[in-house]
Amino acid sequence: MIPGFENFMQDVLWCFSQVKGTIDIGVTEADIISTVEFNHTGELLATGDKGGRVVIFQREQESKNQPHRRGEYNVYSTFQSHEPEFDYLKSLEIEEKINKIRWLPQQNAAYFLLSTNDKTVKLWKVSERDKRPEGYNLKDEDGRLRDPSMITTLRVPVLRPMDLMVEATPRRVFANAHTYHINSISVNSDYETYMSADDLRINLWNFEITNQSFNIVDIKPANMEELTEVITAAEFHPHHCNTFVYSSSKGTIRLCDMRTSALCDRHAKFFEEPEDPSNRSFFSEIISSISDVKFSHSGRYIMTRDYLTVKVWDLNMENRPIETYQVHDYLRSKLCSLYENDCIFDKFECVWNGSDSVIMTGSYNNFFRMFDRNTKRDVTLEASRENSKPRAILKPRKVCVGGKRRKDEISVDSLDFSKKILHTAWHPSENIIAVAATNNLYIFQDKVN
Amino acid sequence: MAAPLGTGTRTEEPGQEKQDAQEKAIAHPERAEEAKLKAKYPNLGQKPGGSDFLMKRLQKGQKYFDSGDYNMAKAKMKNKQLPSAGPDKNLVTGDHIPTPQDLPQRKSSLVTSKLAG
Repeated sequence: MIPGFENFMQDVLWCFSQVKGTIDIGVTEADIISTVEFNHTGELLATGDKGGRVVIFQREQESKNQPHRRGEYNVYSTFQSHEPEFDYLKSLEIEEKINKIRWLPQQNAAYFLLSTNDKTVKLWKVSERDKRPEGYNLKDEDGRLRDPSMITTLRVPVLRPMDLMVEATPRRVFANAHTYHINSISVNSDYETYMSADDLRINLWNFEITNQSFNIVDIKPANMEELTEVITAAEFHPHHCNTFVYSSSKGTIRLCDMRTSALCDRHAKFFEEPEDPSNRSFFSEIISSISDVKFSHSGRYIMTRDYLTVKVWDLNMENRPIETYQVHDYLRSKLCSLYENDCIFDKFECVWNGSDSVIMTGSYNNFFRMFDRNTKRDVTLEASRENSKPRAILKPRKVCVGGKRRKDEISVDSLDFSKKILHTAWHPSENIIAVAATNNLYIFQDKVN
Repeated sequence: MAAPLGTGTRTEEPGQEKQDAQEKAIAHPERAEEAKLKAKYPNLGQKPGGSDFLMKRLQKGQKYFDSGDYNMAKAKMKNKQLPSAGPDKNLVTGDHIPTPQDLPQRKSSLVTSKLAG
């Protein structure tokens, strides 16, 4: 059965597969996961956290002995990507939190990924070493130098197998190009360049060059008092290396073509949904701010996430989205308290499945939602330790909006707003998802019949 | 004696008013929430979602420290200790001069991630 082409909601049952991380009463801030990303084959899964660390999991080969168990993800490598810094000139504290990780497509035996914090992007090389040279002339097996006068013969060192060692080395550091905080990085389909976007500017880099980058978007007003919107996310088109999109805090998306001019301040397309003026409130602009934008794998659509909805846009139609899905509309009557506790500013991400037929995004109470674009059916699932028996099927969850609450439902007032699922990832070709719940990483797979 | 204001002049039942408000809230939940917020914070900015939020966002991470002020304050205080920050160490305002004790610990995470454990 080709994943994604079946009638999704009827045929796919999501099961618990694994959970990474510890059960702590108090969560250490550094352990909070801040980004999750599969690589292009789905063999590797990377996470970044607030403490600046990256952990990479690798899928084990499927074994013939346990055919009902799909390959599990085990730790492959872990390293400290970024450290806290202080910019003395500007009196700015720079967090080590990893905002985004993006993989490069694999071109040789090593793996490459970009990781970024608020100010600096780094290119990391992750490679395996399974042989080492033995039989040196000038040093012994412990590495101590031998007395040259004692050496009477000459031998050629040979490579002998050793226990697999995975090394991560920083190959490039792209620093000092952003005055404001980096929110996105995106690898271009040419595999030679990538972009980094902050609140007001987007820069284009060549992977080989770290001391220069081209500024391709600059929305900083001459007078900062006139500032009305910021860039919230940006991404390159998956196939057209000249095209990219960026979203704003005002709920708009601009598509730019780098062939038209060096500075892409003038968009090629402008996507905005007309607003009903009678619905306008103090909260309108805040909840319309787009927290994530993602191209479909096909390149035909973009998906945007704002506070209460996920929208799918056709690149050929700028005046409104073709699909709008309500993530948690019941929060509309809670906006006052969500503003007071800052939750209204939470930035949720959204993802496509491999065939672009299903989209997924997170919510509160460790709930996450999936929408089938074909059948228009949706489901709410929960990432919790209570449902963490191996291959346990996840039961759909329901939030009760008012009136009588059924036995399995949870009322809006009982939702835990500190348990937010901001980051999720979907395997590029299979029904395997990774869901970050604060300091725990859950991996769910569809039931193998 | 004049009757207290408000008595005998209402034509609506108090229950009716409440029902109207409820209907309004259901039809326009955002507006109802906005009213709640304005009731709590009457001085809330005239520009909703505008510059105030964006400025706050752009200035994330900004700390203020003037070495001149710091050394002057130290000299003034001589042997006495500098006043330390109150419970909110992130807010440095007024006469308070930040001291090394006030800065939150910025240790890097040398501990391996628990995800890898």
